[in-house]
Amino acid sequence: MTLKINEPKAKESTMAKAVQWIGAPLDRADGELKTTGKARYAADFPLERMVYGVPIVSPAASGSLIKLEVEAAEKLPGVLFILTHENAKKIFPIQNDFGTATKLAEGRFPLQDKKIYYAGQYVGLAAAETLEIAQEAARLIKVICKEERSALDSEEELPYSYFPDNNWGTPLPVIRGNFEKAFSNTEVQLKAVYTTPVEHHNPMEPHACTAVWDGDNLILYESTQWVVGARNVVADALGLPREKVRIISHFVGGGFGCKGFVWPHTLLAAMTAMHLKRPVKVVLSRSQMAAGVGHRPATHQELSIGSSKQGKLTAIKHHTITQTSFLDDFLEAAGGPTQSIYSCPNLLVSYQVVRLNHGTPTFMRAPGECTGLFALESLLDELSYTLNLDPIELRLNNLSDKSPEEELPWSNSHIKECYELGSKIFGWKERNPKPKTMKRKGFLVGLGMATAMFPGVRSPGAAKVKILSDGTAEVLSATQDLGTGTYTTMKQIAAEVLRISPHRIVSKLGDSSYPPAPVSGGSMTSASVGPAVKSAAEKAIEALIHISIKDSSSCLYHLPLEKIHAADGKLVYQDDPSKTEIFEEILKRNNLSHIEGESFVKPDNSAEGYTVQSHGAQFAEVEVHPLLGQIRVTRMVGVFDVGRILNQKTARSQAIGGMIMGIGMALHEKTVYDPRTGRVVTDNLCDYLIPVMADSPAVEADFIDKPDPRFNSLGVRGLGEIGITGVAAATANAVYHATGIRIRDLPITPDKLLKWL
Amino acid sequence: MELTVTLEINEKKHVLTLDSRTTLLDLLREELHLTGTKKGCDHGQCGTCTILLDGKRVNSCLILAASADQKSITTIEGLSSSNSLHPLQKAFISHDALQCGYCTPGQILSAAGFLNEPWERTTEGIKEGMSGNLCRCGAYPNILTAVQEVLENQKLLNPQKASHS
Ligand code: FES
Ligand code: FES
Repeated sequence: MTLKINEPKAKESTMAKAVQWIGAPLDRADGELKTTGKARYAADFPLERMVYGVPIVSPAASGSLIKLEVEAAEKLPGVLFILTHENAKKIFPIQNDFGTATKLAEGRFPLQDKKIYYAGQYVGLAAAETLEIAQEAARLIKVICKEERSALDSEEELPYSYFPDNNWGTPLPVIRGNFEKAFSNTEVQLKAVYTTPVEHHNPMEPHACTAVWDGDNLILYESTQWVVGARNVVADALGLPREKVRIISHFVGGGFGCKGFVWPHTLLAAMTAMHLKRPVKVVLSRSQMAAGVGHRPATHQELSIGSSKQGKLTAIKHHTITQTSFLDDFLEAAGGPTQSIYSCPNLLVSYQVVRLNHGTPTFMRAPGECTGLFALESLLDELSYTLNLDPIELRLNNLSDKSPEEELPWSNSHIKECYELGSKIFGWKERNPKPKTMKRKGFLVGLGMATAMFPGVRSPGAAKVKILSDGTAEVLSATQDLGTGTYTTMKQIAAEVLRISPHRIVSKLGDSSYPPAPVSGGSMTSASVGPAVKSAAEKAIEALIHISIKDSSSCLYHLPLEKIHAADGKLVYQDDPSKTEIFEEILKRNNLSHIEGESFVKPDNSAEGYTVQSHGAQFAEVEVHPLLGQIRVTRMVGVFDVGRILNQKTARSQAIGGMIMGIGMALHEKTVYDPRTGRVVTDNLCDYLIPVMADSPAVEADFIDKPDPRFNSLGVRGLGEIGITGVAAATANAVYHATGIRIRDLPITPDKLLKWL
Repeated sequence: MELTVTLEINEKKHVLTLDSRTTLLDLLREELHLTGTKKGCDHGQCGTCTILLDGKRVNSCLILAASADQKSITTIEGLSSSNSLHPLQKAFISHDALQCGYCTPGQILSAAGFLNEPWERTTEGIKEGMSGNLCRCGAYPNILTAVQEVLENQKLLNPQKASHS
């Protein structure tokens, strides 16, 4: 669909409805920078006297460091410094907490002691004049460790696991009614175990940090999803006032969660730059990324579901065994969707976490939602066959006007329309419900569906909007664009308020010196920063009106301010539209280079008494080779109810991208650890498979696009994550429909099908 | 070991003295500051470092700069003329064939190379021929559309060339 956008024209009546910039499918604002190579990412800043830093890692998965043999490396011409635990700067303890924007990704600072918690942990860094010399130096350094017994096998460690008692403040286990009693009395009972492997984010841009000291000011060009968080962590840890640290992250080459919080390599770069008094660039290798910048931990999910013969759920139990490191209490909360989509009076959601000598896991696109939905939506599919019910009908049977979790009405929910529109676009009706009945050119064809969901999240966020004397405008906020379209959507919001074309507005983001914004995670940027941009733009216009009514040479002089509005780059008097003044004239006459509005918007209480949640319906078609078990996703459709859409074009790209990442989860992705050494075997992009273009089918994404005004002033809920959530289940369900084989262990690879075909 | 090479990069001649271990990718990025060429893996596995070497697409991380002596190189910085974008760049923008943009220079150079290779000019041909360039943001459907559009326009401009596949 292409919608042509015309510049708004001056209308007879200025109060006529002007062009709606919000939602318009504008081209990505940074498209030209990115397609011409001018967009600079963290490792792209050329600086005089740059030093290259290459981390040195532990080969052992546990125990302690005895020593680093650095002599050979130190002798190499061009080597400047070998950073080790012996010469590392002392780091200050910090709060390490999400709420105060001081969260560390790994709850331990590098090189402060000799303990080893996982293979690949940094034990030093080689710094040299060139990358080649630094790499050779790092290779020459011998790391001598005393290895202890490592915890590397989830099953073996199960006796030592713990039962977390809360998830972000929600007490665990989650209990409703009486599961055991209801389950034993119910008409239909199903039980199954679903497993998902460790996965890695593997954004195309490796983590990178270029650290530059200027006196006692520190600038970090950092690949991060949270410039404010990084600023606070680095400043507090190094004992610097926060205003002396500036984080710049204009462009991030993908994050998906693994760039949410500060990882230790950032501090290595800062410490080395401090020592050498020169800029230092540290770029991680894929292998270092496999060990030390987080992953989605594996899950083993035991589900039991009880239902009436008519398909009304009576009882659900969802017990997840997952993993974390010895450093942090990360929880992959796979039971979240089970608690929050379908109404079911008796429920038990619990967790058990095993500690392993692996790096700390972290949030990966839809953490908990996509692992949990794989299990829940697969089991519902199984139930639909048991009950001989259409899978969509089964889901519709169990929806409610209220959130099952909080028992509050939805702030705004169009989940039924998602199923309806999705099945129409996908052609669900053409599906023969019987498995193994559909064929095409020698392949078995299967159609599957699943529900998608993601909670509505927002945080306090701030923005500044400047109207400049040349008639252009700027939006400033310390938020980030990870490819999410934020540069584009934020100026669309400003344009709608300022009533000028977005082509005359520039968004300036990714700099911690701008008004603070939350992490670009939890799909919250649009809902958190968007309202601040709107409010800041309103304030800027208000300020301009104030100037004009006090300006005796203005035709708006002394007019009542509530009757003056912005329209088409001008202020206009409502009762006499011939009285107008162009923004730039007002500013120039008053000798102002610009006028600005700044706003810090906190979530208000308008959504109190409601549950805010996004939903969607996802459909997949697969072709399976009847002898070889080769699986291809041939078609996918996703329809999402995510509130108002800020830009149809970038939103669609993001949803499609999530769905394609979901194909990776369903069919390809799996991190393998060496069970003896704890090192990641799949530590590169040849062994860790992500979808390539040949794996990518025709994908359609559509939106209900109805604002959720209770949630925030824009009615937007965010869509960074929901796209991936239902894909694995929809694909697994399609594979079952094609073959009659139920695979409950991701990824669904041909070998798993072969033994049954 | 140091050695001297002569390279023509984006139509400009460079005589460079360099460490024999330097890859073409690191030379472009770290010595010449042509940072539009990206490093995604340094192992020939992702395609973000794709450039044109004597008109053919290659992974510049797999080539030692020394072995490119006397060759001509096009990077993303040299793909378009000063005032107007290359048709691929335009098509990538208008079809939103990018999100984070990190794979984008590589995708565009790879597509530019692909256009001159004897692949079948079908959806399947493009998908196969472009599969050496990973995109974790999953922009593939839009990249496909962008490349298709450029092919389409080329056919109009040069029907003989486009039809022999
Ligand atoms: S950086 Fe060259 S192929 Fe990945
Ligand atoms: S656009 Fe982000 S990796 Fe391709």
